[in-house]
Amino acid sequence: MSNQHMPLWEVFIRPRNGLDHKHVGSIHAADSEMALQAARDVYTRREEGNSIWVVQSRDIVASDPDKSSENFDPAGDKVYRHPSFYDIPDEVGHM
Amino acid sequence: MYSQGLIGADTQTEESEEFLAAFQARIDREEKIEPNDPMPAGYRKTLIRQIGQHAHSEIVGMLPEGNWITRAPTLRRKLALLAKVQDEGGHGLYLYSAAETLGVSREQMTEELLSGKAKYSSIFNYPTPTWADMGAIGWLVDGAAIMNQVALCRCSFGPYARAMVRICKEESFHQRQGYELTVALAQGTPEQKEMAQDALNRWWWPSLMMFGPSDSDSQHSDQNMKWKIKRFSNDALRQKFVDATVPQAEHIGLKMPDPDLKWNPEKNKGQGGYDFGEIDWSEFWRVVKGGGPMNRDRIAARQKAWDDGAWVREAALVHAEKRRRRAREEASLEAAE
Repeated sequence: MSNQHMPLWEVFIRPRNGLDHKHVGSIHAADSEMALQAARDVYTRREEGNSIWVVQSRDIVASDPDKSSENFDPAGDKVYRHPSFYDIPDEVGHM
Repeated sequence: MYSQGLIGADTQTEESEEFLAAFQARIDREEKIEPNDPMPAGYRKTLIRQIGQHAHSEIVGMLPEGNWITRAPTLRRKLALLAKVQDEGGHGLYLYSAAETLGVSREQMTEELLSGKAKYSSIFNYPTPTWADMGAIGWLVDGAAIMNQVALCRCSFGPYARAMVRICKEESFHQRQGYELTVALAQGTPEQKEMAQDALNRWWWPSLMMFGPSDSDSQHSDQNMKWKIKRFSNDALRQKFVDATVPQAEHIGLKMPDPDLKWNPEKNKGQGGYDFGEIDWSEFWRVVKGGGPMNRDRIAARQKAWDDGAWVREAALVHAEKRRRRAREEASLEAAE
């Protein structure tokens, strides 16, 4: 019984207001409340943040790295997506 | 501690030449490898072993100092020691977290530590009979750890490198508080100074052993350097540690317990460095293989902590299940209304 797996949670921390929550690591805990407490103890001992998210690791859906070339094609042939593709008369100045 | 994790590491791997070459090319381009990326089985196995042992070292490393928390001579020292030991627990958890991204479970790692299958740094198998040992551990043991860990911040495996960055930031206080404590003793009464010297005498050689076997005796070292799991050789880091530490001892009037220690202006490509005596590798291997003065005590303490915590883990899981069941029942009642 005591060797039953304690659920794994991924921990995200917002360093300060104005910034996004960022993944920092994981923690084991029986429920969400204890996961938050453990995350606070482990990941914020020195003013690392003011807000924590935890989410069970098994609930995260990740893209397949084997498909990263098709998923994240640099789209080098789609130059029309960039502002420099378009000609603007010099006299108009910065746009 | 950290290069010791590679002792006996099996870097053998069975992928095709093409796969291995593509992987090596990524490493050579300084790309970080992330958990879901394709990687050779040997790379994965080596990292699980190294990160696991590093984590175990942090956890077992809490024991020699935990021994002195209740007997710290002042409140200031007690606060520092408590915070340091808590950090070490945290470092262990960052590292377990990094190892788990490679597909090994925490339970499995804990079992391997308790059964003796997984090792931890040899340094924690030495006893801490005096208060001066708290100074020597912070100054020398954490100093040696930092030397290793700074190098590991650039490890090719992303989660390990990121954990190391956080650990290094926190570790600097550990070394400084240890040195400060040693300075206080060295400048105290003759008895206190003697106590500091005695601690240095006992911790110096084991600290040098923390860097692991000499490069010439280090199996698989080449492959791990090639994969950029480690970036510097054991001997290079050890030399750096000696060169940094000897002047710190001299500054406070303590003497390294090594009659062969002397300045050599030719060393380090003419920049100078210290020659030092032969390390007793038979002691090192004895301690690594379980024959150190405290090996049995350390594992017994971890086993007791694990066993004593069993009811807490069970109760937490049962409580969480009960709350989930109640939430489900309430939801179905509401739906029926």
